[in-house]
Amino acid sequence: MAAHADTCLLTQTQLLDLSFMEHRAHLLAIAAFLDRLERAQGAAGAPQDFRLEALRSALHELTSPEPGRVVRAQMRLSDQNLELLDLRDSQSAFGASRRPHEQQEAEQ
Amino acid sequence: MNYIDMHAHMVSRTTDDYHAMALSGCLAVTEPAFWSGRDRLGSEAFADYFDHLTTFEPARAREYGIAHYAWLCLNPKEGEDRELTRQVLRIIPEFLSRPTVLGIGEIGLNRVTRNELATFLDHVELALEHQQLIHIHTPHLEDKYKGTRVMVDALAADGRIEPGRVMIDHAEEHTVQMILDHGFWTGLTLYPKTKASPARAIDMIEMYGSERLIVASACDWGPSQPLAIPEFIFEARRRGHTEATIRKIVLENPQRFLGQSPKFVPPTREPRLAQV
Repeated sequence: MAAHADTCLLTQTQLLDLSFMEHRAHLLAIAAFLDRLERAQGAAGAPQDFRLEALRSALHELTSPEPGRVVRAQMRLSDQNLELLDLRDSQSAFGASRRPHEQQEAEQ
Repeated sequence: MNYIDMHAHMVSRTTDDYHAMALSGCLAVTEPAFWSGRDRLGSEAFADYFDHLTTFEPARAREYGIAHYAWLCLNPKEGEDRELTRQVLRIIPEFLSRPTVLGIGEIGLNRVTRNELATFLDHVELALEHQQLIHIHTPHLEDKYKGTRVMVDALAADGRIEPGRVMIDHAEEHTVQMILDHGFWTGLTLYPKTKASPARAIDMIEMYGSERLIVASACDWGPSQPLAIPEFIFEARRRGHTEATIRKIVLENPQRFLGQSPKFVPPTREPRLAQV
C-alpha cells in the first residue's frame, strides 16, 4: 500500500479530471526545454552542466513506481553534504548542487 | 474567507496589493525583515528599515483594515558579514519594544556558511534574552535540505529553546517531516515558480496533518503572489477540504502561534480609522 494512502480526499478519476491537463502541459514544457537546449547556440558544453545533469537525474524519479517521488527528486537536486562552507561562494542558489551526488556520497 | 498572511514583505509591494488582499479577506500580515536586493553597508540602513517596518507600514496597512506586525533581524543573505551583524544586533533591542514587533525573524541560513550559522545563533540568543518568538528562513533550492538540517539540529541541541515558540518557514516535502518531528511550527510559503505551489502545500497538509502547519505568500519584489493564500483556499476547496479545515490553516493556526506574543491582538473585520 502506498505511503499516506487515502489522504487525498478526491478519487483518482476526480483528480485526473481536475489536474491532468495542467500536468500534461508541465510535462511538455520540460520536453520542449530539453529540445530547446539542444538547439541552442554553444550547446556543446550543456550536457556537462551540473544543473542539467541533476535535472536529468531527478526526471528518473517521475517514472518510478514507488511513492515519494517528489522527495527523492528534491534530494537529487539538493546538496546533501552537511559540512559548512568556510565562506559564502555566491549570494544566490543555483537550483542544483555543483557537486555530483557520487562525489557527495564519497565525501560522507 | 478571512485569513492571516504570516510572511509578506509588504515594504516591496504596492498599496494596490493591500487593497487586493483586503478584498480577498486578509485580516493581518506579519512582515519579517528581509534583503533589499543588495547587502546594506551599515547599521544606520537597518535602523531606517526597522523604523519603516514599525511606523509607515502598519499605517499603510491600517488604511485597508489590515493589521501589520513585524519581525526584526539581519536577513540571512547578509549574515556572512560578522561585523555588520554585531552592529545590527546592538540596535535591534531598541526596536523590540515597539507595539507591532512580534519577534526575531526571518533569521536563518542562505549558503550555509560558518559565518551565517554564527549570525543565526547570535539572533537566537537575542530572542531568548528578550523572550521573543522566532521566525526562521530556510535556504532556497539546493541548500534547503542542508540548511534546515543544520538549524534543526542546532536548535534541538539547545535545551532553552521551546519549539512551540519557533516557526521554521519555506518548508518543502523533503524538510517538512524533520521540522514537525522536532515540535516546531512549519511554514509553507507559496510561490509561482521557485517554491511550493498551493497544490503541493495541500499535499503536505494531507500527508502530515494540519496541527502545526501554516501557509503564507512570502510575497516580495521577486516573482511572487500577494494573493497566494486566497489561491490556496480556492485549491483546497477544489480538493474537497472543509471550510473548518481551511480556516484552521489560514486563520486559527497563525493566531495560535502569534498569540504567544502579548502584543498580538486577534484581528477582526471591524472598521478602522486611518491613522497615517
